[in-house]
Amino acid sequence: MGIIETKKLIFEYIRRDEEGNVEGITRAIDEVDLDIKQGDFVAILGHNGSGKSTLAKHLNAILYPTEGTVWVDGKDTAKEEYLWEIRQNAGMVFQNPDNQIIGQVVEEDVGFGPENMGVPTKEIWERVEESLKAVGMYQYRKHSPNKLSGGQKQRVSIAGVIAMHPKCIILDEPTAMLDPNGRKEVVRAVRALNHAEGITVVLITHYMEEIIHADKAIVMDQGHIAMQGSPKEIFSKVEKLKELRLDVPQVTLLAYELKKRGVALPDGILTKEELIEALSGISHIPWGKAKE
Amino acid sequence: MLRDITLGQYYQTDSVIHRLDPRVKLVATFVFIISLFLVDNFIGYLIAAAFLACMVKISKVPFRFMVKGMKSIVFLLLVAVVFNLFLTPGEPLISVWKLTVTKEGLRLAAMMAVRLVFLIIGSSLMTLTTTPNNLTDGMEKLMSPLKRLHVPVHEVAMMMSIALRFIPILLEETDKIMKAQIARGADFESGNLIKKAKSLVPLLVPLFISAFRRANDLAMAMEARCYRGGEHRTKMKPLIYHRRDRYAYAVLLGYAVVSVYFGRIFTL
Amino acid sequence: MAIILDHVSHIYEAGTAMEAAALKDVSLMIPDGQFIGLIGHTGSGKSTLVQHLNGLMKPTSGHIYYNGADIHEEDFNKKELRSKVGLVFQYPEHQLFEIDVFSDVCFGPKNMGLDEKEIQLRAYAALKQVGLEDDYFYQSPFDLSGGQKRRAAIAGVLAMKPEVLILDEPTAGLDPKGRDEILDQIAALREETGITVVLVSHSMDDVAKYVDRIVVMNQGSVLYDDEPRKVFRYYKELEEVGLAAPQVTYIMQALKEKGFPVEADILTIEEARDEILRALRHKGIAP
Repeated sequence: MGIIETKKLIFEYIRRDEEGNVEGITRAIDEVDLDIKQGDFVAILGHNGSGKSTLAKHLNAILYPTEGTVWVDGKDTAKEEYLWEIRQNAGMVFQNPDNQIIGQVVEEDVGFGPENMGVPTKEIWERVEESLKAVGMYQYRKHSPNKLSGGQKQRVSIAGVIAMHPKCIILDEPTAMLDPNGRKEVVRAVRALNHAEGITVVLITHYMEEIIHADKAIVMDQGHIAMQGSPKEIFSKVEKLKELRLDVPQVTLLAYELKKRGVALPDGILTKEELIEALSGISHIPWGKAKE
Repeated sequence: MLRDITLGQYYQTDSVIHRLDPRVKLVATFVFIISLFLVDNFIGYLIAAAFLACMVKISKVPFRFMVKGMKSIVFLLLVAVVFNLFLTPGEPLISVWKLTVTKEGLRLAAMMAVRLVFLIIGSSLMTLTTTPNNLTDGMEKLMSPLKRLHVPVHEVAMMMSIALRFIPILLEETDKIMKAQIARGADFESGNLIKKAKSLVPLLVPLFISAFRRANDLAMAMEARCYRGGEHRTKMKPLIYHRRDRYAYAVLLGYAVVSVYFGRIFTL
Repeated sequence: MAIILDHVSHIYEAGTAMEAAALKDVSLMIPDGQFIGLIGHTGSGKSTLVQHLNGLMKPTSGHIYYNGADIHEEDFNKKELRSKVGLVFQYPEHQLFEIDVFSDVCFGPKNMGLDEKEIQLRAYAALKQVGLEDDYFYQSPFDLSGGQKRRAAIAGVLAMKPEVLILDEPTAGLDPKGRDEILDQIAALREETGITVVLVSHSMDDVAKYVDRIVVMNQGSVLYDDEPRKVFRYYKELEEVGLAAPQVTYIMQALKEKGFPVEADILTIEEARDEILRALRHKGIAP
């Protein structure tokens, strides 16, 4: 059994009009089966309103399934007695960097989780130090979060989650409100955690370039899983992705366009190096020498 | 616009006063304020002034910085002085139109002004040298006996520290929404009171919605980080009295005795 | 008929220890009908700059002229300026406040003191321009989806019939399709009405496709101001200031360095495709 598993997960909420009468029921998640292994880096993609954030909130017992089951580290999230254990094991980072930092000093914010868990004072300090170092924010420990950039704030939020020593972290569109540099910072920090610390990562995003390094990508649409596979497999289906209101990285798109015009390139090219290699491959002539 | 308020904002530097336990500073501020209202002669104020001057000096907060922050309350000060000046009955000194300045009025007004200024410097010295978080921690600890009376001390302290964290964010947001509405031709300045109040709707509605959204997000983030109230909670920075805090209490006691003795009981 | 910035500087908290220059000696001309991309990373001064264009912020030195008149002259009508130079802030949906979408869009024209009929006509036209369907007009703006809210908010500015439309990161937080839809809509609007558009962004990929001219801001000054193709030739310098050229530029650059006989100043995927095909055909390899 993986660290996170869901079986036929369904989540419905009731829409009401202004008088509180039931207008209808919306199925935000529709029979989702997930199996995420310890140490994996899984990306969940989907356009706004595809149900990906709702799904994320189930993995941390913020929402409970209407039907079906979610297990985190083998524990059923619907069971009250596991609640705190699940929240500690599956840390969560949210979209808006301003709305999840509680402390007024960086280090105090990172200490908030361990404080809540009842960790002894001395150990809190050790955890805060190691977590801030892991995301490269240690030199900012005495700063006010208000003075940090968006990317830095999100790294503090990530440190706040790591300080709880979770087995996996779920990041719910952590880069949606950041500029390109901030996005890079955050993705780099997340990848490092996955690599160096072996923490399972579930990254929810709609930026395609962030998922290139994922072990597995899952595309959501209308509450169910529309596609899943390695990033390469996902990106080879350009038309399908466009239908799902998503993009592919520019390199992949270029390769796809060339292929459509009859150039014999392989599917799912993700980096410019791959494209250059493929283009060299089809020519069989070293391009350098061909120059006139 | 709104960001100019510096009154009592934490001033980062390293001094003995900064390092004192927040409980000491809270108690000291309380004692100092009481002393201001107990003393009623010149010597008493002189002692208070000397005490305050020493504390300001030790705190290493530039006096200019404090005074700058006080600009915003000059109006309040003037009102208090004017009221006392003209509305105290007694021996008339000068009389202009229907207003009469009395000897008692002058005395009261001067006293009120001195008290208010000292009070504001004294209490802003506390907030200038104590991080808001430290301050709420101190209050929580000082008030903790009230827990037995089922007063939600921890919750109130948590609320205060969250409010403090979000004030700058909401101020910035207010500024932004205001500008956005001005860009759509909104006018927040002209017109009578009713029109002005009405013109605030395009500002307040988005602001409230944003505040609620933030509150909702924050509650979720706190829960996700295992927050469940004050029970089972440990502290990253627990409050512990050090030797300097005991000395500080001794100094404070000394001040209280001297101030009340010379300022009230002993009269020349 | 243009906006002219003449040696504009803006210094925050001048004379204190916190003094910081947000704009340093910026001179720019924004002629009628141009589609300009204003690019810079967070804190480069681009947001401060656009707030100067409609008089929301006042320069600490320098002058701003709108159609030849100094906008900070005593008798200049700022309210009128704001209706002529429409500014859509970042996350504009955060400014929605009315009970329904239509009334919210009416807010701008109402402030201009127009008569009821004209207000409604404008609101209707603006909502059509942003492609919001009639079904949404009488819904609460808070019940709309993210992308629809964004459109409604943009309509709120368009309803004032501005001559210049400034959009500060209009696509922030939207999904890829939502982003393309909004940008396409703006491009179409400009095609139709000939309105001047200033698009503030930190994504070169987004603007390269649409704009006639790119102004790159860095540390409060204008770093480059030219046609996109020319600006992207400085991709190495752009990187140094925390920006980047569009990804295709990099791909083509890398190809060129490997000896592929291609031109590197390419802006869009379509251009890149055609250029590579041309090179391949030249070699007799491509179909």
